[in-house]
Amino acid sequence: MLDSGISVLFLGRNFLRLLEGLWVTMRISLVAVILSIPLGILFGMFMTLKNPLTRAVSRVYLEFIRIMPQLVLLFIAYFGVTRAFGWNLSAELSAVIVFTLWGTAEMGDLVRGALISIPKHQYDSAAALGMSKVQTFGLIIVPQTMRRLIPLTINLTTRMIKTTSLVVLIGITEVLKVGKQIIDANRFDYPTAALWVYGVIFGLYFLACWPISSLAKKLEQRWR
Amino acid sequence: MKKNSTFRKVIAIAAIALMILGSFAGCGDETAEVTEVTQAVETAAATDAAASNVTYRTLDEIKESGKIIIGVFSDKAPFGYVDENGDYQGYDVYFAERIAQDLGVEVEYVSTDPASRVEYVATGKVDLILANFTVTEERAQQVDFALPYMKVMLGVVSPDSALITNVDELNGKTLIVVKGTTAETFFEKNYPDVELQKYDEYADAYNALLDGRGDAFSTDNTEVLAWALSNPGFTVGIDALGNADTIAPAVQKGNTTLLDWLNSEIEALGAENFFHADYEATLAPVYGEAADPDSLVVEGGIVD
Repeated sequence: MLDSGISVLFLGRNFLRLLEGLWVTMRISLVAVILSIPLGILFGMFMTLKNPLTRAVSRVYLEFIRIMPQLVLLFIAYFGVTRAFGWNLSAELSAVIVFTLWGTAEMGDLVRGALISIPKHQYDSAAALGMSKVQTFGLIIVPQTMRRLIPLTINLTTRMIKTTSLVVLIGITEVLKVGKQIIDANRFDYPTAALWVYGVIFGLYFLACWPISSLAKKLEQRWR
Repeated sequence: MKKNSTFRKVIAIAAIALMILGSFAGCGDETAEVTEVTQAVETAAATDAAASNVTYRTLDEIKESGKIIIGVFSDKAPFGYVDENGDYQGYDVYFAERIAQDLGVEVEYVSTDPASRVEYVATGKVDLILANFTVTEERAQQVDFALPYMKVMLGVVSPDSALITNVDELNGKTLIVVKGTTAETFFEKNYPDVELQKYDEYADAYNALLDGRGDAFSTDNTEVLAWALSNPGFTVGIDALGNADTIAPAVQKGNTTLLDWLNSEIEALGAENFFHADYEATLAPVYGEAADPDSLVVEGGIVD
């Protein structure tokens, strides 16, 4: 019976629809990632400031985003904002905002971790060599931090790509939802379609995340 | 000392965040996060629906814009689904197309989920919900329901070898139900002599029936009818049991112009037996001879 399920993928525009869904997934997650990385780096540096006020602010922001399920954040951004202020954000914009807020918080904490992991003697040695603060940062600290950050950033990126499947709840039809639509529309004629559709989705997610992993590997080798 | 105060600060922040979260999570006792959030959102919607400053589009505004936005299911065949060409199809969609045609406007579909239906209409992101939306008292406080166009009752499916065609035959026998469904409450209340075997998931319940762990299985009649068709050897012996839950279009609270138009539309369509035609086009190919259209379809908004 397994061989009949696969034909669902070639019915009409089904395969194309899955690719379109993947494009929606990638569009939302990549925009969010591209915004999160620079914002997260800034936020991470902000977090290392010794000022108690900035520390409290960044702590509250981080904990709020970390503790709230992304689903709740999406509902707040899409429906809650309309209810409270009457602003009608589009579903995709809400999703990008939520994922950027989340990515910035997580990325910030990674950057903070990487920054404080640089031993103090690195700063001291730079100072002993007569380097200015800018030189110390640009030549000593940032390159080392970057290397530590690559694997962590890749983890975050792939996690964000996969978590975008939650956006179906605010009406965005991304790759997983297209898959469910295909399975459901054919559940009477092809009960085994689910296996094939999910198999293809697995392949699509792999194709989306694999280049990112290999890019990270290349960067890590180059910066060794 | 310093460490201790940081620790206390973190605890305080966590407590605040949990309180915020708690106010969202409400009183849900389901394990699934999605269900919990759904409930929370539906409850939250109930409390501040009146205070919301969102506005709906009146009938004239919809006509002027040339487009009506309708929320439908995109993965619940045969009521609302997307076919292989990417077009919306199904019983609800057939009705939606007719509404747009009679209004003289285009229709834009929005794919909704059970969890977000109330929010979509309450925030005015859709003009109308046509997504297998069962009328309940709690929902009626948050949205305005038009006249019903469908009804759901309970069905009982059993093996052909020991077919159960009358609910009294179930006395002393084991009936499989899914926890939290209308079937569970209905049989507990009205037929205490029927022994219930409860499962968390539909898939488990069906497997139990296939394995013969129970004599019959009961849930919404649409669900068992579709299942019996793809499982030879099983027949729905009882296809309309209990009180009919009705399914109706929903608009935002207070949108009387659209609501009144819908009600007169549904009444007018009743005269031409429109929903029977809808049934023939969308549900009959799935349910075949197994179902009686009159056990599902409501014409002219009149439930008998």
